Amino acid sequence: MGPLVPDVISNNLNFIVALVIGVLFGAILEQAGFSTSKKLVGLFYGYDFTVLRVFFTAGIVAMIGVMGLEHYGLIDINLVYVNPTFLWSAIVGGIIMGLGFVVGGFCPGTSVCAAAIGKIDAMIFIGGALIGVVIFAEGYPVFEPLYKAANLGSPRFFETLGMSQNIFAFIIVVFGLFAFWFASIVENRVNKVAKSPIRLTPYYVGIASIGILMAASAFIFPERKASLIKSEEDANFVQSYKLETMTPDEFAYRLMDEQDDKFQIIDFRPDKEYAKMSLPKSTLFTLDNMFEKEPNKILTLKHKINVFVADDELTERKMAIIATELGDKRIKILQGGLNAFKEQILNFKPIENPKTLDEEYANRFRTKAKEIIPVLIKNNKSAGPVKKVQKRVVGGC
Amino acid sequence: MEKTEYMNPYIAGVLLGLLLVATIYITGRGLGASGAIKSYAVTAVETIAPSHTGSTKFYQEYGKKHEGSSPLMNWLVFEVTGVLIGAFLSGLISNRLDFKLEKGPHTTTRIRIAGALIGGILWGIGSQLGRGCTSGAALSGMAVMSTGGIITMFAIFAGAYMFAYFFRKFWI
Repeated sequence: MGPLVPDVISNNLNFIVALVIGVLFGAILEQAGFSTSKKLVGLFYGYDFTVLRVFFTAGIVAMIGVMGLEHYGLIDINLVYVNPTFLWSAIVGGIIMGLGFVVGGFCPGTSVCAAAIGKIDAMIFIGGALIGVVIFAEGYPVFEPLYKAANLGSPRFFETLGMSQNIFAFIIVVFGLFAFWFASIVENRVNKVAKSPIRLTPYYVGIASIGILMAASAFIFPERKASLIKSEEDANFVQSYKLETMTPDEFAYRLMDEQDDKFQIIDFRPDKEYAKMSLPKSTLFTLDNMFEKEPNKILTLKHKINVFVADDELTERKMAIIATELGDKRIKILQGGLNAFKEQILNFKPIENPKTLDEEYANRFRTKAKEIIPVLIKNNKSAGPVKKVQKRVVGGC
Repeated sequence: MEKTEYMNPYIAGVLLGLLLVATIYITGRGLGASGAIKSYAVTAVETIAPSHTGSTKFYQEYGKKHEGSSPLMNWLVFEVTGVLIGAFLSGLISNRLDFKLEKGPHTTTRIRIAGALIGGILWGIGSQLGRGCTSGAALSGMAVMSTGGIITMFAIFAGAYMFAYFFRKFWI
């Protein structure tokens, strides 16, 4: 599951990745014509809308691509850098940058591109940007109140607006297509050429059909999480699903065995109940945790047996099915849930006049367990909820 | 030799978008540019006046965020170095390498130099306030649908259109 940094790709290798990505970034910008200020500012005077086309196409493709990764559970969006929102600073900063755009003819990324192919004005622009940063640093006490005002955290736009992600994406796509159409009309008028703003060239038809295919695939293959949860509404499916179980006796035995470090309990009860009573070797877990990259690691530890517990066996089953479907191995559930465990072990009432040897053993073992386990619970400094180390990458400019 | 034409903007956009998705999938962060300029600026000031950076709040806050490493050991510094190489290679292939100062048809070299310098300064300040530039805040922000990024994007375009009229002599 992405992002691949820092688990699959180390932080040092990441620098090499950065270099490669940069090479591609620079090459694409240069090939698109972003290395000349005349083409860049054309957008603001109506004679060349290349920037708008490249920028919005890239933005839409990337936005939908990230949604796709999310949809198929390929990336944990909680670990992805989402630019923080400081309302006033974003607006004022943006307007200053806009002014800089029409005065200087570049933005930072494109100025680097232009400088690379020998544009002297771009080199001067970069010099100016360096000075600008120093001015900001030196004048920081003046800028700071604005810089830090109205901190809204790192919301995503559809959350701010309170709409669904899909509808928001759809609006952006429609907005983009409208902008492309409108830009072509303005461009033709300014340059005094007569061309139809919409032309069905193989390029456009190709791109549009890829987009439509992607959108269709999202409907055909529903979101992983939603479809898994939905499949569990079918009681038959849940009951007949083959899962390994552990008897309360074995559970109690392994709980008491201090040498047993393979055994770990994944507790799915609400956190209030977990706070009241938590078993040794247990970690509090939720349904959502199973779809997150960081918490999920605990389930993939080698040689560990994960026993899923909840008050009732049905909840255990449901959670274990999801984990198994997601590819986690060595998942077991506690027979009868914690309710059975409490009844049979913690509140054990000895069988009167044991007739068989089995009953005799059960009596002996459970009486012992009844004494020891409450002490273990009492002394247990539980691991608490599964640690969600937010290794969110520090990004942005 | 004849200069080759530029790529179709929509194709370039799709490629750029896919690159951005790959970047987010691999590294968990988007593209950027102004961050590298900031790293160089901080390094320059640190080298020239080390005692000054130790006592100024901005550098202190910057140092806290990037503790224990040089400001140049930064993802964006590597990425922007890549941009330089990539753009150079692309210019080489398409025959666009040329030392020249580009300016609008009705403006003087002196004005163009002043414009580039002042424009750069404005971007230096603006990208700090906006916490990113067209790549880091606007484009990457749009990819992850960040509220701040999208607001900055619209503010950049709005600002540019707002002031475009006053600077038209620079370009047309």
